[in-house]
Amino acid sequence: MDADGRSLARSRAAGLFSALGPLARRLVDAGAGTVDDFLERQLGEPFAARMARVPLNLTPSGTDAFGLDPEWAKYALAAVTVLHRHYFRSIVEGTEHVPEGRVLLIANHSGQIPLDGALVGASLFLDAEPPRIMRAMVEKWSQTLPFVSLLFARVGQVVGVPENARRLLRQEEALLVFPEGARGISKPFSERYRLTDFGLGFMRLAIETGTPIVPVSVIGGEEQYVSLGNFDLLAKVLRAPSLPILPQLLLPFGALPLPTRYRITFGEPLRFDGDPDDDDAVIEEKVRLVKSTIQSMLRQGLKARRSVFFG
Amino acid sequence: MNGAGKALSRPPPPAPGEGAVLVTGACGRLGKSLVRVLHRSREVVAVDRRPFPDRPKDVAFEQVDLRRKKLRDVFRSTPIGAIVHLGVMHDPHASAKDHHAWNVAGFSKLLEYAEHFRVPKLVLLSSANVYGPEAGNAQFLTEDAPLLAGARFSEIRDLIEIDMLAQGFLWKRPATETVILRPVHILGGVRNAASNFLRLPTVPVLMGFDPMIQVIHESDVVRALAASLAPGVRGVFNVAGPEPLPLSRILRLLGRPSVPVPYTLGKALLRRLFSFKLTSFPAPELDHIRYVCMVDDERARRELGFSPRTGVEDTVRSVDLERW
Repeated sequence: MDADGRSLARSRAAGLFSALGPLARRLVDAGAGTVDDFLERQLGEPFAARMARVPLNLTPSGTDAFGLDPEWAKYALAAVTVLHRHYFRSIVEGTEHVPEGRVLLIANHSGQIPLDGALVGASLFLDAEPPRIMRAMVEKWSQTLPFVSLLFARVGQVVGVPENARRLLRQEEALLVFPEGARGISKPFSERYRLTDFGLGFMRLAIETGTPIVPVSVIGGEEQYVSLGNFDLLAKVLRAPSLPILPQLLLPFGALPLPTRYRITFGEPLRFDGDPDDDDAVIEEKVRLVKSTIQSMLRQGLKARRSVFFG
Repeated sequence: MNGAGKALSRPPPPAPGEGAVLVTGACGRLGKSLVRVLHRSREVVAVDRRPFPDRPKDVAFEQVDLRRKKLRDVFRSTPIGAIVHLGVMHDPHASAKDHHAWNVAGFSKLLEYAEHFRVPKLVLLSSANVYGPEAGNAQFLTEDAPLLAGARFSEIRDLIEIDMLAQGFLWKRPATETVILRPVHILGGVRNAASNFLRLPTVPVLMGFDPMIQVIHESDVVRALAASLAPGVRGVFNVAGPEPLPLSRILRLLGRPSVPVPYTLGKALLRRLFSFKLTSFPAPELDHIRYVCMVDDERARRELGFSPRTGVEDTVRSVDLERW
């Protein structure tokens, strides 16, 4: 190539780049506009108007002390709304039971990946009045992952240590806890909707901070991935919490969860008092009450459900 | 107080709130500001290895190494009502041995004098960095959180050791009111890792990480130091500035360009650069822009009556205002 051709190519490349800049910006703007329009259609009001009614503890820099940023939450909520309203077509009941101010949402855990948490969060923002931004606790190893840790923080997820839970409840937030933990989410298909052991920590926390407990039953998650069991040994080697055996992963698009219909039910709030440092046996008694409430809500929901995929 | 001969060799202890304030590390940026605040109301003895040319006229100055005998003469000749220890050395390129000898031996000497001359008040400026940035940190660490920073970051072990020595002194010697202040990242005209980092022309950040960060203006730290001289105040206090904010927001306030670097690459690069003395940031300090290390300052607000006066925007912008 001679000198002229080279400079021509260079100026063409420069022209291409200068054209790409505004084009990229237009695409981003269009994307942002689409998200805004989509959310407005789903919410029946502009996102900002709904967000304004959420009790938040924002600092002047635009985030709260834990790093929640409503701008990020908007995009995360838009993505979850697609799942909530269109993919899983969730049926949400009982949002009127969620009291104002501090509240602990205690739910059954299912589905191999924690979509249940995202959907409960979506129902609290999309379907509850006043809308809430739900906080949940994440594993501390998630903080070592780039982007994941950032996303979690910006959409309001906090590291799962008791001090964080206590602080969130003191600032009147809605906090989701899965007392079954990893045991619940990795249940095989044969154990579906059978609650595993509940941890006791949430009850001590509720008593200590005087927080009402709202039992939540989530139906639909257990069928999204049919798990035949867990590779326990391999999971231990890989240091993963669990490694389910999922035959559907072999199918085309099998990595997607099956489009089951979710049914999310909020029960009436339960209030407990006593000594948060009581003996395990005393706390266990109270935990059992919460567990049996959720179990019976699950049973009722399953009885009312006629089809896994159509509700 | 055993034996008249020994008692004669030391002056009677001043009453709480009286006597001179001995400030170590007085020629540092914070030391100078503290001396200027204190000298109007109290007698001040400034101590440093470095010279202090522009000190106020009524401030006595001793250019002395804390480990030298000469320091004892200062205690003998002047009734010391309070010791404020700012003279902790943080030179990342100094040898670990020098660092340790200066920091720990120097502070032990001070404790010895505080005990012998029955100094009623001892204030140590520690740092919230002693807790260390960790993935599993609570968002707001309280004063009783373990000091884990040394596990990965050996350069801070001196400070942790000094902090522990002061804590031991706090419990063992109730006659002296010991105060340990653990402020968050101090910004301003100071030359510390946090301010130097924000002064980089292009700030490297870790790709996919943007932790919440607490900063405090140097003048607020000086006010906290002054507040801890009040009689009756003792204990360990986290000192935080205005509300926390994400690192990205700090850089936006400064209008500073940033370049995201993947963690493993950044760590390898920084380690190499540091070993060639091309940077003053040791590689383990990267965790400060990766994980949270924030503190709960409720105790300082309640017992010290301290709350920061400089807002977050002014605090952040102060790194650019004046250079040393």
